Amino acid sequence: MHMADALLAPAVAGAMYACSGIAAGYSVKRVRLEHDEKKIPVMGVMGAFVFAAQMINFTIPGTGSSGHLCGGMLLSAILGPEAGFLTMIGVLLVQCLLFADGGLLALGANVWNMAFYGCFIGGMLVFKFITRHSISKRKIAAASILGCVLTLQMGACSVVLETSASGITELPFGVFLAAMQPIHLAIGLVEGCITAAVLIFIYEARPELLWQNGECGADRSRLSYKGTIAVLAAAAVVIGGLLSLAASTHPDGLEWSMERVAGTAELEAEGSAYAIADAIQTAASVLPDYAWKNSDSATGTMVSGVFGGVVVIAFCIGICFLLKLFRKKAKDTKFRE
Amino acid sequence: MAKLAKAVKEIHRTDHTGGIHTGKGGIHPLSRLLVVFCYILAVVSFPKYDLRVSEMILYLLIQCIWHEISLKNMLKHIWPALLFTGMVGIANPFLDRSVCLTAGNLAVTYGMLSMVTLMEKGVFCVMASYILVTKTGIAQICHALRCLHIPEELITVLSLMHRYLMVLLKEVERMQQAYRLRAPGQNGLHIKTWGSFVGLLLLRSMDRAEEVYESMKLRGFGGQLPDHAAANSHIGQSILYVAVWYAAILLFRFFPVFQIAGKLFTLLK
Repeated sequence: MHMADALLAPAVAGAMYACSGIAAGYSVKRVRLEHDEKKIPVMGVMGAFVFAAQMINFTIPGTGSSGHLCGGMLLSAILGPEAGFLTMIGVLLVQCLLFADGGLLALGANVWNMAFYGCFIGGMLVFKFITRHSISKRKIAAASILGCVLTLQMGACSVVLETSASGITELPFGVFLAAMQPIHLAIGLVEGCITAAVLIFIYEARPELLWQNGECGADRSRLSYKGTIAVLAAAAVVIGGLLSLAASTHPDGLEWSMERVAGTAELEAEGSAYAIADAIQTAASVLPDYAWKNSDSATGTMVSGVFGGVVVIAFCIGICFLLKLFRKKAKDTKFRE
Repeated sequence: MAKLAKAVKEIHRTDHTGGIHTGKGGIHPLSRLLVVFCYILAVVSFPKYDLRVSEMILYLLIQCIWHEISLKNMLKHIWPALLFTGMVGIANPFLDRSVCLTAGNLAVTYGMLSMVTLMEKGVFCVMASYILVTKTGIAQICHALRCLHIPEELITVLSLMHRYLMVLLKEVERMQQAYRLRAPGQNGLHIKTWGSFVGLLLLRSMDRAEEVYESMKLRGFGGQLPDHAAANSHIGQSILYVAVWYAAILLFRFFPVFQIAGKLFTLLK
């Protein structure tokens, strides 16, 4: 799928350079943010690995033909999409300069068609989505095959679009597309199987090398207190404020039972203690019966929902902090002993 | 196997010739890169029926003679590039049958013209890139990219890739040889060994990456590789090189130089 310079008009080539440049800029920024000095040498050696692995012919049973490894997906699954994308740019540049596989002017288009789709669509969307909760052999196989097929289809479609936009070929767009897509579907399936086989081997031998394997745990630990509280607060606002309007007006289970037994949901209590408690409750309750005092408006119901939610969350967090404090004190005492 | 051996040979050849002739004029690698880029841009910008693109061969001929590049080796490089270009261009004569001119009984169609120009463009661009790499080398191209303020991460990756490519290709060669000796008569890898074969290569590469990092760290690596590529380049000559070639390329792009020369020759006669 490497495009030669002759297949692109300068304007299209320039546009593709700009698109790939933006993606490369974003990737460089993300890789720099990781502050992992070790990553660059690993990227270099992995780029050389992809290049070397693409030299290996994989016999496709029953056909007599051979397939190759899908570099973008593999690199994304090991290094992550951003680092994988930068490594793929290196691979494509070496292929272009040393082996005339793809042109210098068409490099932007080739990076977009092969590296961008392979790393960002195949790695960031497909692989990450399928393995977001856990990694298993089946999930790796499904992600690899689906990712390779999808990214190759997108890449082939882009080649047709870029060539047609350049006005190079007399082939009508539909005919060209019909010629490109089915062949790349077959190639995608084969490349997906090869990539899956390699990744499954890595998963069995050294699972810690897989990007998503470490990322799942990292994501979980990254969920801070602030983040948790923000999510809970948002949920409280939505559930208490909006969904409370749709709350049922029918009595709850206890009220229903009391009505069936005693004929009323609110029992009368006699005695001074009950009278004092009732007076305190009436004075303290800001929103009696989940509404403003002497009002049946919907805002009262909403505010009471939100207010209740916030109070409950604050109470729970307070309890947690207290428990944490006690645990810390207990640990300190144990340590001193 | 042939593909692998060819790749190893090609890298050896580029490493051997790249940068050897830089002393001849001391041209800065950025100047070479800019000239090649301008040339490719000029070539692809010719309209699809414009046969004047053939005149652009002059740059390639001059470069070949100046740098003593074997035309035979260069022509070997054209095939991979022509494969996809040919696939796209082959349909043109069948789809665009409007006649452009007739020579006796032979009618030349616009489709034929567009196919020929497409092939020429493909060949010329590949040849220009080939000349650049053959006489400049990857290390100097990395220096040129550094001058263009391409992010250091990308340049380091490219530089390391080039350095370790040979090591890993040799590793693949060894593994393939071992595989062939145990599985004679097989064209490629059997489906059962797809994962383990490449997976082992990957694990070895990762281990090697660890070793590489540790060695680099011991030698004071701080995120940037040392750059000694263009220490002997001459600024004045480099500027002159760019100016002359840009003028020539633009002249050939916008004026029918061969036609003008032909007319002048007729007038003189």
